[in-house]
Amino acid sequence: MQPASTWTPDQPIVALRDVHKSFGSFEVLKGIDLEVMKGEVICIIGPSGSGKSTLVRTINGLTPVTSGSVTVEGQEVHDAKLDKLALRRKVGIVFQQYNLFPHRTVLDNIMMAPLLVLREKRDDVEERARALLAKVKLIDKEDAYPAELSGGQQQRVAIARSLCMRPDVMLFDEVTAALDPETVKEVLVTIKELASDGMTCVLVTHEMGFAREISDRVYFTDHGRIVESGPPDAIFECPQDPRTREFLSKVL
Amino acid sequence: MLDLFAPFFQRLYETTGVNFTPFYDPYDWGRLLEGMWVSVKLILAVIAVSMVIGVVGAGAQTSKLRIVRFLVAAYIEIFRNTPPIVQLLFFYFGLGAITPRVDMGGWYEPIIGSFGWAVIALGIFGGSYNVEIFRSGVDAVPETTKEAADALGFSDFKIFAYITLPLAFRFSLPALTNNVISLAKTSSLAYVIAVPEITYTLSNIWSDSVNVPEMMVLLFLYYIVLVAVIAWLMGWLERKLALPGYGQ
Ligand SMILES: Nc1ncnc2c1ncn2[C@@H]1O[C@H](COP(=O)(O)OP(=O)(O)OP(=O)(O)O)[C@@H](O)[C@H]1O
Ligand SMILES: [Mg+2]
Repeated sequence: MQPASTWTPDQPIVALRDVHKSFGSFEVLKGIDLEVMKGEVICIIGPSGSGKSTLVRTINGLTPVTSGSVTVEGQEVHDAKLDKLALRRKVGIVFQQYNLFPHRTVLDNIMMAPLLVLREKRDDVEERARALLAKVKLIDKEDAYPAELSGGQQQRVAIARSLCMRPDVMLFDEVTAALDPETVKEVLVTIKELASDGMTCVLVTHEMGFAREISDRVYFTDHGRIVESGPPDAIFECPQDPRTREFLSKVL
Repeated sequence: MLDLFAPFFQRLYETTGVNFTPFYDPYDWGRLLEGMWVSVKLILAVIAVSMVIGVVGAGAQTSKLRIVRFLVAAYIEIFRNTPPIVQLLFFYFGLGAITPRVDMGGWYEPIIGSFGWAVIALGIFGGSYNVEIFRSGVDAVPETTKEAADALGFSDFKIFAYITLPLAFRFSLPALTNNVISLAKTSSLAYVIAVPEITYTLSNIWSDSVNVPEMMVLLFLYYIVLVAVIAWLMGWLERKLALPGYGQ
């Protein structure tokens, strides 16, 4: 049995406390503290290899932590007794490479998890899936197979697939990094709409303009540490740490 | 049916000496049909057994227990590196001799007959190839695709059943086609343990009627048609399961 959660919406929906993660002797996360409130949109930026993906993946338990605590709605993610399914339905994730199921149609991709995992009624799921397809502007593609879609279209299906589980938090790990410049925008628009609907979002992104526009708070990571964090204007206008300044001068 | 062409083959024999007995002699006609039927049954049974062994073996190869992985590896080594004819003889004469017999009301019959032993021996032989074929299919399923399912809450079993297996099967199909065709041809070896399949039946006919060349032609034709049918069926399956747009 899980201890009854005492979480209330005025507490952080996601909280990381002194999170360390090592792969073998290589320490990738060196004490991460981070809090996200319900409805907040935060962006994690930083150089390649600084541990951004690893950080995000600890939030839904895909990567186990070495020490420290990660909680979602007050429940410890890395508790051996954790109800994995309960966590998975609370936290959705979208990956850089879309990772759709290539042998299923677009509609099936979206419906599979609610049908198989949550065992919901087909009619309900289908209605929700179609509504989501309309939302990501792919209503005419429901019978297509993933390989028949452009990268941007596949990524929007991946977002709809995650949303169909009705998560409370969405994680986005460089979801536009593999896309052509022209299709980046359609995916960013989708995420922006989601954010303005009040979805809690944790984004890793290299799109600095987007990060600045969309986020409530920006975290700059380097070598497994959060070097600096703050409102986007502060981070982008007057970064305090020399490492942040150096990084931004390269990417802006 | 036989009435249709019997007069022609009868005349052919009388005028030229070319003797296709099964095409005018009702007894040999029956033997031919029976031989083909047993051959097809044998091939289907062997394919079924080898597929089950392939899937179970490929699963066992991922076992956490070293001993299980070792046993699967040993099985593959033994059955891929010895001739199938020796395996057939081993099962039929070696194991067949020590399996119990059942009372059939006065006489005793072995629990497993020659057909049964052929299915077991050839199924195990073909399975040793299928394990590797399915294993490489499973290996070809991207970790990231399985991870996406994991992140959506799929249990390990559901990931295997709904993601890994359907994709691995598709990736395995070309190699599987080769093995199925090879098994169909190898099934003629059941001749050595007197399974009344086509090779065995036709050899009986040619020893009765001394028409070896004619029966040889029939035998060749049978296998050519059979392999063509299997290749066509597998090709159809491959096209049916092809992922639109994938790998282009
Ligand atoms: N499963 C793993 N095993 C070993 N090392 C890993 C593993 N995953 C990540 N790493 C290492 O951890 C470090 C941080 O990786 P991570 O993917 O979190 O960086 P990132 O900030 O997301 O980089 P990028 O911007 O390139 O995506 C890298 O040096 C990477 O090689
Ligand atoms: Mg990354």
